[in-house]
Order: sequence, then structure tokens, then C-alpha cells
Amino acid sequence: MRASFNRIYAMFLRYLYLHQRSLPRNLEIIFWPVMDLLVWGFVTLYLQKITSSAAGGIVVFLIGAMIFWDILYRAQQTISIPFMEDQWARNTLNLLISPLRFWEWMTAMICYGIVKITVIIAVLAVLAWQFYHYSIGSLGFSLLPLIANLLLFGWALGIFTTGLLLFWGHTAEALIWGIPFLIQPFSAVFYPMSVLPVWLQPVSRILPSTYVFEGMREVIQNGTLDPALVWSAFGLNLVYLCLAGFSLRWMLVKARQAGRLSRLGSD
Amino acid sequence: MEPVVELQGLCKRYNGTDALKNLSFQLKEGEILGLLGPNGAGKTTAIHIILGLLTPTSGEVKVFGLSPVEHRFQLLPRLNFSSAYVNLPYNLTAVQNLELYARLYNVKEAKSKIKELLEVFQISHLGRRRSGFLSSGEQTRLNLCKAFLNDPELLLLDEPTASLDPDMADLVRGVIIKVQKERRMTILYTSHNMAEVEMVCDRILFIHHGEKKAEGTTKEVLEQFKTQNLEQVFIRIARSGDLLG
Repeated sequence: MRASFNRIYAMFLRYLYLHQRSLPRNLEIIFWPVMDLLVWGFVTLYLQKITSSAAGGIVVFLIGAMIFWDILYRAQQTISIPFMEDQWARNTLNLLISPLRFWEWMTAMICYGIVKITVIIAVLAVLAWQFYHYSIGSLGFSLLPLIANLLLFGWALGIFTTGLLLFWGHTAEALIWGIPFLIQPFSAVFYPMSVLPVWLQPVSRILPSTYVFEGMREVIQNGTLDPALVWSAFGLNLVYLCLAGFSLRWMLVKARQAGRLSRLGSD
Repeated sequence: MEPVVELQGLCKRYNGTDALKNLSFQLKEGEILGLLGPNGAGKTTAIHIILGLLTPTSGEVKVFGLSPVEHRFQLLPRLNFSSAYVNLPYNLTAVQNLELYARLYNVKEAKSKIKELLEVFQISHLGRRRSGFLSSGEQTRLNLCKAFLNDPELLLLDEPTASLDPDMADLVRGVIIKVQKERRMTILYTSHNMAEVEMVCDRILFIHHGEKKAEGTTKEVLEQFKTQNLEQVFIRIARSGDLLG
């Protein structure tokens, strides 16, 4: 157990060290979230101006949705990108032949991701308050189960996309950036699920993110959160985490058979 | 005594090409075996199968009597590997890199071990420099520090002196031979430098197109091929692909 903790800590430090003496890397943590916030924030202010007063709550909806979407996206990225870092550094083979277990590696990435996401949320919360008088804290304690569910789904996606990197190497990198956007239209991020055509709604219902975004809107609108939404998201997240774990294992076995593990970082 | 590594009728086929064809050999405890052959002969494939990075299409591989795929985590703390084609993270300093791997291998008294290895490979003065700013020769020596960090019982070295100047290559060979003798370490060694192989290896194994072409001590192989040096043996195997002599 102590050895596992040591290995997780070692990898966690390895990822934190990425940020030492590197201004571009440190700026990268907040650059895209801040850009998204500024663009979406000012668009919603403009919409608020040109539409009726009934649309007054639009800022709260859209900025909340944007921040929540960023949490999901970053959670996925904080697993896949550190893995790519080791491929770029041609260090993956060294790790694969060390006693580091995959679950320890993933745990280290998740810990590193939590640190990164905490920084992002803090920066976005301050900027949202400063520019748009939007307080993310207005969601109260409902915030916690919603964010926890987004993180779980983001990690499930991250584990799955890491499997793709193992299986296909560098050629899968484009997918890593794109996969979260594949689920965005069906996750009811910026609009309720009821807006989707009826035949698309079943797709939306099998995504945990849909329940989180619906929950967020419910809290903003009524000040309450239906626990069924939280539990639906949590149940689906458990299923997705299991599926992601199995797919990673399957891709690892296939990569080992096909000789792709040996070529990681050099393809 | 049970061999440290035993390959029995090993075959590996990728996309219709045979990377290894019925390869069998043993590596005994405390021995340095040179695995030689032209580029694409199957040396790296064999090493990666021993490391459990690759599963064979058929045949059997045992490391300390265990399957490297099924008993991976029992075996990995006892092994290590260094290759001219694998690096350590470039944004970490030399010492941070070694501390990382010391934790992964659960090395006791890591600080003194790291200090000792940096001294042995003459890169103590580079401890605080980021790996990305080291020359390729310095990076190779840092990789070797990592490879010796856990005092492995089995060490796999894939062209360990490939990017070193003759002076440093001599130093590295000296260290490998010294440490191997002190600890009775078992080493599988690949190199294209035949003079080096003669100096370092107790026994050699030539492969070409995934097949064993010759095996024995340097003397035995030279007698078999009726040549004066391993360079000539290498060239004849590479050009003909057949067992001559």
C-alpha cells in the first residue's frame, strides 16, 4: 500500500513539475477557460440587451453552463494530456516497464487534474463575478454533487481516450481533443434536453452530463435540486467508469499483441 | 540452476511479417549475453517480449521462471532497461527524474543512491540541469543511472553506448562490467559495436530476420565462421542471412 502511495505521489509530482519554470504551461491552464468565459459572457450580455427582460436570466444560465462545460472538458483533458506528455517525451516505455500500475498512474493524473481544475474554477469564478456579477456560489451546496458528477464523467472519458492513445499512438491525438465535443450537442449544456428532437432525446438520456446541466438550470430557476437528477448522473457515471476501465484494459491487451506498446512515442 | 531468461520456440508475426522465427535461447545468472544482428533483425522485439511489452504469437518466454505478461508486477521490480531510443522527461532536472524513478521502484536510501550513480557516470555537476538541456551523451548516461537505480537482477541494455564519444563509451563499459561483477547482475546487451561486444559479453547470439544464426562465446563463433573478428561475422550474416562456415 505504501509502495502504491509512493508511486502515485511520484507521478503526481512528475506532472506538477511540468509547470516549474514554464510560463507558457502555466498560462495554458487558464488561457482557454478565460477566453471562453469572455466570449460567452459578452455574447450573453449583448443578448440580454437586445432581447426582452424575460431573458434576464440568460447570463446566469449561459455562464453557468460554460463554466460547468469547462469542468467536464478539463477533467477529460487532465487524464489524456499528461499521458501524451510522456509520449512526446519518449518516456512512456520507461513507465510501462516500471512497477507503476495503470490504476496508480490514473490516480496520479486525477489528483493532478483536481489541482488544475480547482485553479480553473477559482479563476473563472473571480472573473465571472468581476465582469458579469455572476456568482458561481449562488448554486450553493448543489454545486458539489453536480461538479463531482462532471468530474467523474470527464475522468471516464479521459480513461477511454487514454486507451485510444495506447491503441493508436500519436495518430489518435486529434480524437483526444475532439471526443468531448462529440457529446456536447446531446448533453443539454446550453439548452434543455426538451429542445432536442424527440428521436435524439434517448441519446441525451444516456449521458450523465445531461442530468448535471438540467440540474444546474433547475437550481438557477427554482433554487432546488432534484436528487433524482444527481443519482441518475451518478449511476450512469459508475457504468461509464466501468466501461472506460474495461475498454482501457482491452486496448492495452490488443496494443501489447500488435506491438503498439513498443512503438509508443516513436510512431 | 534455473536460467534467468528462457525463450523457447518464440515466434512473433506482425501484419504478415515474421519478426521472430522459432527463437530459443537461455540467459544464465551473472552472464552478459550480447544479442546481435543487423537493423530489423528482431533484437528489440525479443527485448520487448522479455519486458512484457509485447506478447509472442507462439512459443514460450520465462523470466525468473515466470511469464512476463502474467506475472508482470512480480517481475518488473527485479528488472530494468535502458535504450538509446527512450528518454526521460525533458522538463525535469536530472535529479528530479531519478527521484521519480526511485519512488516508482521503491528504492531505499534513494538520495545517496542517486548521488552515487551520478558520480559513477560522471554527471554529478548536471544534477540540477533539465534533461532536455543535456547533450545526447549526457542523456544516455542519465538513462543508465535510471537503469541501475533499483539494482536490477536482470538488466536489458539496448545499444547503451550508441550516442557516446569513445571516452565516455569506455567509461560506461567499465562501469557496466564492474557493477555486473560486483553484483552478479545478468545482462542482455545489444550493440552494433563489435569490439565493444567482444570486451563486454561472455556469450553472443547472432540473429537475422528473426532467426538464430550463431551462438556461443566470441571464440566459438569466430571458429565457426573461420574469421578473425566479429565485425566480419556480422557482415557475413547481414549480407547472406545464412549460417556460413
